[in-house]
Amino acid sequence: MITAATPRARLHRAPRSQVAHHLREQAIHGLLFACSSVSILTTAGIIGVLVFETVAFLRTVPLWDFLTDTQWTPLFADKHFGVAVLASATILTSGIALLVALPIGLLTAVFLSEIAPNRARRLLKPALEILAGIPTVVYGYFALLFVTPLLRSVFPEIAGLNGLSAGLVMGVMIIPLVASLSEDALYAVPQSLRDGAYALGASRAQVTTRVVLPAALSGIVASFILAVSRAIGETMVVAIAAGQSPRLTLNPLVPIETMTAYIVQVSLGDTPAGTLEYQTIFAVGMSLFLMTLVLNVASHRLVQRFRQQYE
Amino acid sequence: MTAPQTTQPLAGDARRRARQRRRDRAFSVLCSLATAFGLVVLATLVIDVVYDGAHRLSWEFLTSFPSRRPERAGILSALVGSIWLMMTTAVIAFPIGVGTAIYLEEYARPGRLQQLIEVNIANLAGVPSIIYGLLGLQIFVRVLSPLTGGRTVLAGSLTMALLVMPIVIIASREAFKAVPDTLRQGGLALGASRWQVVSRIVLPAALPGVLTGTILALARAVGETAPLIMIGALTYIAFLPEVSLDGLRTPFTVLPIQIFNWVSRPQAGFHVNAAAATLVLLGFLLLMNTAAIILRNRYQGHRES
Repeated sequence: MITAATPRARLHRAPRSQVAHHLREQAIHGLLFACSSVSILTTAGIIGVLVFETVAFLRTVPLWDFLTDTQWTPLFADKHFGVAVLASATILTSGIALLVALPIGLLTAVFLSEIAPNRARRLLKPALEILAGIPTVVYGYFALLFVTPLLRSVFPEIAGLNGLSAGLVMGVMIIPLVASLSEDALYAVPQSLRDGAYALGASRAQVTTRVVLPAALSGIVASFILAVSRAIGETMVVAIAAGQSPRLTLNPLVPIETMTAYIVQVSLGDTPAGTLEYQTIFAVGMSLFLMTLVLNVASHRLVQRFRQQYE
Repeated sequence: MTAPQTTQPLAGDARRRARQRRRDRAFSVLCSLATAFGLVVLATLVIDVVYDGAHRLSWEFLTSFPSRRPERAGILSALVGSIWLMMTTAVIAFPIGVGTAIYLEEYARPGRLQQLIEVNIANLAGVPSIIYGLLGLQIFVRVLSPLTGGRTVLAGSLTMALLVMPIVIIASREAFKAVPDTLRQGGLALGASRWQVVSRIVLPAALPGVLTGTILALARAVGETAPLIMIGALTYIAFLPEVSLDGLRTPFTVLPIQIFNWVSRPQAGFHVNAAAATLVLLGFLLLMNTAAIILRNRYQGHRES
């Protein structure tokens, strides 16, 4: 009796629990897929928001004026919307930053990958990570209250807010990015290439500059491109130390206003949605987004190519 | 045809080698100077901030609300706001980020869709933070204001969660990748379902790595300023948020915003406050990073044994 009943009961139960089991697995699969779709939605949201407000902006201000006007006065009665004014400040500060970050970052990478003994490497890498982990607002403080007064002893005519100080500090901030990505690229170069060059009698400097650096070139260029993208998008250092005075100039000693600093300036005031002023920050943001997107994609492509080369 | 002919090139060889050695040394010195440069600036920055702000640190400074008078002002609301924002960001970003990583590593079949999601995440990681601010301003502050209540902690933490999500995802994926496939196969061979394998074998094994990545992502959120300025985090907040769902819908401020506000003022007294608040912020970040490093080291020790 009992022995006969149990198998039947089991047979009866088994498919049902299997169905429940299957349903649960399906539900979890769906839930996890929903999680990963959040990232797609984020991108869609960013593009949607930027396009929506930029289109509204371009209905009032023609694209041609936006790109070619040489004045930026959206907060005055006589309004001009020449984004080139803000772009010039962005190019100036980023240019200064890159002059600092690219050579120093690359040399640091060479030191870490080719020269430093393992022990020093283990100490130096976390130290550079600290440099990368300091909040940008702190770098802004440093630029405004330490570097600018220091620069005044060299350039007495320098203004309290200027592109030079902001650019220099931003450069230091980007060093770890260039150093760590370039180091990855250098480190990935097969040891056999170095050994071959040494066997031919090359010195360390020769091996590094003529064999390792060329072999890692695409990875290094990728890190440089990311550095450019990072400099263009950096906000707090320039908002604090470079000023809020839109000016079409490449003079590093006077107050200027970068694209990011303008967005901050407008959002510090209480700007009602739907006004032209509100729309300008999205139009400027759109320009910024497109510039960094192109750079990021280019860098990503280079890294992919570099990987294929050695894997 | 021997002695003179062979010594001649050898002498030249020695000269060349000496020159090479000099160049080598100069090259090494140049590279080490470049490395030192970053560290010297780091040290200068820390010393400068300590010199400017250490004398201002006191219990009163930590437990006072902001004030018009610099010597009376404190960072209580900013400090509590930062912690509050960090926790709510974690609650949102952790499950979604880890869920995405699980999907990509354990479930997704290689193909167009998976590639699209991967490229997309890589790109999101490179989007400037101020762009996330624009997204948050329009979506969370304006469109979803019935839900978020406008310029509130909830709007801020939703924005921050989206901002740090790529970091959580990338770190978690690395942790999942490091779990040996034999563990998964063992589980499946015992008749476990995919989710059972993931939840009882892979996730516990990867958890230290996942948590390390999450802590570092949250450290980034704690130091972030620009997107929260966009969201409209205020500086003058003279109350503490309630620890409740309603508390999520109150205006807030955070340490970086408070620092930005004080730095932007002309009075030197506020600059001192900014330096002191910076010290608190750096201390906070140091704690988080230490936690992450301890976790990572323990994890690595575990794997080797």
